Amino acid sequence: MDRSHGYWYSAGQRLWRDKLARVCIVILGFYLLMVVAAALGLVAKNWNEEVGVSYANPSFVPDYPNPQGSNSLVKAEPLGVDPAARAVDPLAPYYAEIERRAAQYERVTPEPRWTLPFGGDKWGRDVVAKTIKAGQISITVGVGAAILAVIVGLLLGATAGFTGGRVDSVLEWFYNVFTSIPYILLVLAFAAVFGRGISTVILVLGFTGWTATYRLIRSEYIKQRDLEYVQAADAVGASALRRMFVHILPNVSHLILVQLSQLVVEFIKAEVILSFLGFGVPTDLVSWGIQINEVLAELVLGKWWQLTAAAVAMSVFVVAFGLFTDVLRDALDPKASRK
Amino acid sequence: MSAYLLRRAWQIVPTLIGVILLVFVLFNLFGGDPATILAGKIPSKEKILAIREQLGLDQPWWVQLWIFVQQVFTFDFGRSWATNEPVSQMILQKAPVSITIMGQVWLLDALISVSLALWVAYRRGSLTDRSIMAICTAAMSISFLLYVVVGQYIFGYTLGWFPMIGWSDSFWTNLTTYAPLPVFLALLVTIAPSTRLYRSFIVEETDHDYVRTARAKGAGERRVMLVHVLRNAAIPIVTNLALSLPALFIGSFLIEKIFAIPGLGREVILAVDRSDFPVIKAITVYLGMLTMLVNLSVDLLYQRLDPRVQLK
Repeated sequence: MDRSHGYWYSAGQRLWRDKLARVCIVILGFYLLMVVAAALGLVAKNWNEEVGVSYANPSFVPDYPNPQGSNSLVKAEPLGVDPAARAVDPLAPYYAEIERRAAQYERVTPEPRWTLPFGGDKWGRDVVAKTIKAGQISITVGVGAAILAVIVGLLLGATAGFTGGRVDSVLEWFYNVFTSIPYILLVLAFAAVFGRGISTVILVLGFTGWTATYRLIRSEYIKQRDLEYVQAADAVGASALRRMFVHILPNVSHLILVQLSQLVVEFIKAEVILSFLGFGVPTDLVSWGIQINEVLAELVLGKWWQLTAAAVAMSVFVVAFGLFTDVLRDALDPKASRK
Repeated sequence: MSAYLLRRAWQIVPTLIGVILLVFVLFNLFGGDPATILAGKIPSKEKILAIREQLGLDQPWWVQLWIFVQQVFTFDFGRSWATNEPVSQMILQKAPVSITIMGQVWLLDALISVSLALWVAYRRGSLTDRSIMAICTAAMSISFLLYVVVGQYIFGYTLGWFPMIGWSDSFWTNLTTYAPLPVFLALLVTIAPSTRLYRSFIVEETDHDYVRTARAKGAGERRVMLVHVLRNAAIPIVTNLALSLPALFIGSFLIEKIFAIPGLGREVILAVDRSDFPVIKAITVYLGMLTMLVNLSVDLLYQRLDPRVQLK
């Protein structure tokens, strides 16, 4: 005998039956793992250390021309100091003493490596570690901002749609004001006032990007508020807040989920552009946008690996997340047909 | 009609007030003290006080708001804090530059993506349709930034077909020398999403009864597509094109930044970088106003395009 399953269970089954969705979930799971591992310091902890020579070659093209590399045509010439110069050196009598004292301390000078797995950047930092760290920050910003935007949009949209009347008019006015300024300009205006930093970027993107969610949730609440189950809840004495968030919310939660994943992609793209322009993540950290900003100068020198690493990491994530959103929408809404 | 126009124009007023309030609150209440920025690296107390008085910052907030409202309606935002240039003059100089680039992008994007969408919708379900749609989906997923950075490197640096960056005073030189590469790269970015959108508009129309009727009375596929379907699909397409008009003035921030094109977008970036509030305030308020006017004209356009729409 077949047991009938709940909504979420069957949605999950529909999702998992789709091969494309499964591939996307595996890819996104891998990214998530990397983000958590990087946040805990398990991987890419030392991304900021200069482990290689400047623009170290990737291991698979060790012979790429690099003036700092092992195939360098420039040979280091030891410069001799002639006696005449030594005679006027005021430190000359102390050199023996300095050497003796310095020898008391253990000194480790790691030899900078000629090659790194996927090359190094200008300061000789490992591109792989840097890209992982950048991914952690970009994804954190995207997800954080999306959650914030959805919460703001949900609260305002639910209030406007459920209450109606004057409250709705005020919130509609608020919405009109925010949407009458082109989005990127609004973000830049906020960024100009609030400055830089990870949490600032999350706040700026979240507080400017709530409008689409608001619209969606508002129209959905207007549709739901007069349905029988809400009337029934009203009849048994459920308060307005309870009807809004206990009764109606579960019935729109699939929309919120789809909206959330759409916004994550959008905000990651926005963060990349903001950081590229220098208004996003501060430059002592790294994000995909900052990496692409550095690439402008590197390309002219023929150093293509950092661009490749950042571009591939970012594009794979965005494509996988975008496809996942599409499949998720279909899985959550079995009645919707794909055009 | 005129009653509608009047009422619709009246609706703009609260939104306009809202935009002015938003910008005012953002910059005057959260924006920090501009006097400390303006007074330079080693500010003296007298200098800061003098600047505050000059900008009206020692006044209560309602007086400051009144000053701001006056600025909006007299088109006089004073001078830029960074370059000391009058802000209105700056905007008038930079806006045409942005339009030189984005006007072409807008026009070419409309022509190319509408014809592409028509062609693809005409051969719906075929291999051409599916492969073009797949290319569009893939193209949309790649960040705008990558197109511009890599495109500039390949076409400007490696192949040397275009100058990498630059702008001149002569309109003709700009059009023939400096604009083509930015326009081309911007088109690469915009065509994919537009084609997808317009295809969905057109496909939606082809499912209607009137299309079947047209076919039944013997109209050729070409006539059905170009006369019957396009006429109806034009309504959302034109709306979409009109709504993207305000963005022309701001150009594309990234394009203008990377190609060093002195348009409004680059001006905004510079202004954000230098905390040059009057410039950002002016551009934000005016673009908000422009968007409202465009929305109004879209409503009026609706009726022209679709006689079924009654404006009440």
